[in-house]
Amino acid sequence: MKHKEPTELLLDSLKIVNIGLESFSQDLQKQDVSVIHVDWSPPAGGNVELANLLSKLGS
Amino acid sequence: MKQIEQANNCALERLLSATPVLVDVVPAQEIITNLKDRMILHAGPPIEWDRMCGPMRGAIAGIAVFEGWAPDLKVAERMASEGAFDFEPNHHFNAVGPMTGITTRSQPVMVVENTAFGNKAYCAINEGLGKVMRFGGNDEEVINRLRWLRDSFGPAFGSALRHIGGLPLKDIVARGLTMGDEMHQRNVGCSSLFLRALAPALVETITDRTELSKALTFMGGNDQFFLNIAMVLGKAIMDPVRDREGSSIVTAMSRNGTEFGIRVSGTGDTWFTAPVEMPDGLYFPGFTAEDANPDMGDSTIVETIGLGGFAMAAAPAVAGFVGAGEASEAALTTRAMSEITISENPEWTIPSLNYMGVPTGIDIRRVVETGIVPTINTGIAHRKPGVGQVGAGVVKAPMACFEKALRALADRLGVS
Repeated sequence: MKHKEPTELLLDSLKIVNIGLESFSQDLQKQDVSVIHVDWSPPAGGNVELANLLSKLGS
Repeated sequence: MKQIEQANNCALERLLSATPVLVDVVPAQEIITNLKDRMILHAGPPIEWDRMCGPMRGAIAGIAVFEGWAPDLKVAERMASEGAFDFEPNHHFNAVGPMTGITTRSQPVMVVENTAFGNKAYCAINEGLGKVMRFGGNDEEVINRLRWLRDSFGPAFGSALRHIGGLPLKDIVARGLTMGDEMHQRNVGCSSLFLRALAPALVETITDRTELSKALTFMGGNDQFFLNIAMVLGKAIMDPVRDREGSSIVTAMSRNGTEFGIRVSGTGDTWFTAPVEMPDGLYFPGFTAEDANPDMGDSTIVETIGLGGFAMAAAPAVAGFVGAGEASEAALTTRAMSEITISENPEWTIPSLNYMGVPTGIDIRRVVETGIVPTINTGIAHRKPGVGQVGAGVVKAPMACFEKALRALADRLGVS
């Protein structure tokens, strides 16, 4: 992958993907910033015991 | 996990290859093994009189009078509280019933045979709308209707079915989905198709013109006539899916008005229960959410096979009726249900979703992982005995049922 200099990165338009909390993407949309929202939450709502079982049961 | 994937594939194959046929209507005592005198089958997981909700108690009092076990409702309630009747879930007898789901010896039950596997399932005939026993109604009008179903309509219905050699049901459901039905809160298309298919046989087998007129008027006047047929075909489809060792597929979801219960293929006949939730819905004039009874009935078997809330996109009119938002949002519900199922049913498709099959095969792993629980379209009963239906709405299956089932499946597979 081509390394981009910091100045080049700042000059390009931003491509934003928001993961999780939808309000973050809504705030950007209100400011006319293009954003793709990904509906995501931790497996089993963050319950470690159930997430552990799920990882072993092949979910 | 390979064992689970293999078991789920097997479960799915059995689910999709089912061929339910409505073959007969007979008195329950003639077909349901071990349905004893003074035994009352009810909706949902097991429950005792002390924990039953108002409409369930009302229906039990009513059926005791209907069966001649008690002279009136008051005596019937006292007898029930003193242990005069045995209470068992419909599901333990290859049966299902909507709302209170009461099934007893004398009631005529529809018999659906899954000819692919040879198993049979049973369900009473839908009584119609308004004040009915499935919603806890129990007055003379309700009991007289049950008597007519037992003495006249049920035998005639059975004769007509035998006359035509039974009626295959999968095609009717497929066509109903293209006519705006989801088979739980909307059965207009399927009820019409069913009447069209059976009417010639009824004309052949009912010789008394007055009775013929009553039978056709009864069926034609009940948009939900097909609901009980959708339920019993669902039970006939799902029973052969049970007991696939290792499978994480849900084989039954059901509620008794107090608890919601699920059964999973790989965990035998164990019920995983949690307190039932309140439906979020719309109410008939004069009623409010304060009148509502918590969620109830075996009718969630239709969601278990991918219909009802899972097929909401096929029935945008239902979204408005049950208060589930704009008609355009119906597709979102079906899409969400796709997140928790392992496949689609290629025989039951939804035109508005480019003929996507209904989401099929609820996987408890996906439910727990995503946090998305099954969406159920349901009728709402009054919380007091004897009143009947007060509205319709949407309710969620409790996540705790799926979490308990997941732990039990893991334990069974030696995973910790």
